[in-house]
Amino acid sequence: MSGGVDSSVAAARLVEAGHEVVGVTMKLWGGESDTGCCSVSDVDDARRVAQQLGIDHLVFNFGDDFARDVVGPYVAAHAAGSTPNPCIECNRHLKFDRLTRRARALGFDAVATGHHARIAPRPDGAPGLARGADRAKDQSYVVHVLVEDGLDRILFPVGDSTKVGVRAEAARLGLRTAAKPDSQDVCFISSTGGRRTFLGDRIPLRAGTVVDTAGRPVGTVPAVELVTIGQRKGLGLPGGGAPRYVVDVDVAGGVVTVGDAADLLTDRVRVAGWAWSSAGAPTGPVLVQVSAHAAPRAARIDGDDVVFEVPARRVAPGQAVVVYDPTDTWVLGGATVA
Amino acid sequence: MPVYLDHAATTPLRPEALEAMLPYLRDHYGNPSGSHTLARRARLAIDEARDSVAEALGCRASEVVFTGGGTEADNQAIAGVLAVRGGVAVCSAVEHHAVLHAVERAGGRIVGVDDRGTIDLDRLAAELDALARSGTPVGVVSVMLANNEVGTVQPLEAVAATVARHTPGAVVHTDAVHATPWIDVARAAQAAALVSVSAHKFGGPKGVGVLVVRDGTTVAPVLVGGGQEHERRSGTHNVAGIVGLAEALRRTVAERPATVARVAAQRDRLVAGLRASVPGLVETVPAEAKTAGNAHVLIDGIENEALLYLLDRAGICASGGSACASGAMEPSHVLAAMGVPRAAAFGAVRFTLGVTTTDADVDAALAAVPSAVAQLRRGAP
Repeated sequence: MSGGVDSSVAAARLVEAGHEVVGVTMKLWGGESDTGCCSVSDVDDARRVAQQLGIDHLVFNFGDDFARDVVGPYVAAHAAGSTPNPCIECNRHLKFDRLTRRARALGFDAVATGHHARIAPRPDGAPGLARGADRAKDQSYVVHVLVEDGLDRILFPVGDSTKVGVRAEAARLGLRTAAKPDSQDVCFISSTGGRRTFLGDRIPLRAGTVVDTAGRPVGTVPAVELVTIGQRKGLGLPGGGAPRYVVDVDVAGGVVTVGDAADLLTDRVRVAGWAWSSAGAPTGPVLVQVSAHAAPRAARIDGDDVVFEVPARRVAPGQAVVVYDPTDTWVLGGATVA
Repeated sequence: MPVYLDHAATTPLRPEALEAMLPYLRDHYGNPSGSHTLARRARLAIDEARDSVAEALGCRASEVVFTGGGTEADNQAIAGVLAVRGGVAVCSAVEHHAVLHAVERAGGRIVGVDDRGTIDLDRLAAELDALARSGTPVGVVSVMLANNEVGTVQPLEAVAATVARHTPGAVVHTDAVHATPWIDVARAAQAAALVSVSAHKFGGPKGVGVLVVRDGTTVAPVLVGGGQEHERRSGTHNVAGIVGLAEALRRTVAERPATVARVAAQRDRLVAGLRASVPGLVETVPAEAKTAGNAHVLIDGIENEALLYLLDRAGICASGGSACASGAMEPSHVLAAMGVPRAAAFGAVRFTLGVTTTDADVDAALAAVPSAVAQLRRGAP
């Protein structure tokens, strides 16, 4: 229970269904932060909802795990020029590993979260991971790591509902979180300091040279570690002319290469660490989503490459690619852009 | 009712204290600062409570300052001395946060402890000498009488002697909040000019405490206003709370020798039983070095958050020793200061016994802990 509306309603539904439920809030981050599930006021909200539902509420301090498995790799990845999704790593290492292991040890059958995703029998009968009913709020992308293993011990009680429906139910139940805004940002980075301050406190940020595709210097950036593939602004380029985008970042060399939109296009993305559902790697046409809210694109899987039907903008290293079936319903697998 | 083995966190209110308090919550509601009949009735209660507390703590009635609890008393001892005398504050690394954070906020110095949590007198002397050499006056030195987490009793007289030798004139404060049920504060804290006590640690109500300020020592108030407590602590007296504190303290002192003997035996049986039945369990500080009610243990390969949940389900209330504002367990600064590795500190469990602890409570803990530990080590029920 993060203190948000989705996990509040998830807990309420499980109580209503007659389960023995205990609410847990993970304390993950002790540093300066004003969003997400780490602040004392969010813990207060979670506890007050649990009290209202008549269930116990516990706070588990997984701060050391979070620092080691999420924040550390996030910082290291930026230093190496890649842009990871920390929410996916938090799901992988904390919610769906650390927490589920503890829950099992304490005698619980399942861990439920407020994610908008569904776990249901696939056409072949095995448990499958599917998009949430509310396509606009679907979070199957960030929970895709479950597809390989672990679906049998996870519940998503609000995955069948729309966000509007969840809020309405929270309001009907009189839950204090009914109108609480969705959390948007990386929970351990404060909106005042931002990514720049957070990373700048942890790694040396170095200025970089911006060059065009012919290697000619055209601008500078204050911190090459903060530049992302596809970025258009903050590159110190003179105005006018065709828009130019970051097409390559060489952190070690301190060089950012910019080009026009066409230079950014590619039909092939190299990935690492495929995790597939029990059905294995798909051989036919699939849909591939490359960020939390991007539209899925038609593609096929060729070993460690995703080959898109229509070339599109390059994807930054460190991002997750998630593979869906052609009906855009079932998660088939996922990997990280190399 | 669950088995309560968390007496260092707080204690059940003594029935006699409750009885003594009730008239002041119902009928005698006067403000003791007034002059009419109802005010005088409340004033009498405060005066009598002050005499009783002075006797129990081995000081004069004029030296008793009633506060809003132990934290306030500790804060005033540090900030109140520095405000009058200037200089820096020095404390041990195992102080309660009420002292530690007050000292840190004032830019003070922290002195390390040994592996039992006992202050290192050589390091204290070296720190005081270094401050003296640099021309920095020492305002106050604060060392607790006994530690609330692991129970270690500090050599307060030796601390005071060290201070007198190396920085004569510095005020010695002791936080006796955890010690009061177990140690004769009147004698053991004689060397300290300032002594903090909290009612709810010995069967009194929450939200009331005492700062003993011995004659000859001046502390500035933290709260200013109506000038109560001889201008040392403003605010309308918590009459019922003060009456309850005095009654609980009187009983605590009268019963203390019998309580210590009984509880120490229960504690020894608990620890011996746990060591025999739980592999990888060690007592953090040996019995001879700590208070009678403390059974703080380290359990190898266990996370106290998980164990405490299982014990709670089995009807046993215990503690990890330190928790943050959200309720999550935090690795203890006391264990860190003692040199306990961080990983081992996650296995810290504090059972603290008290006046109301029964042999059956000990039996219940001895029955519940081994199976809970075994379940966690299996990773499944």
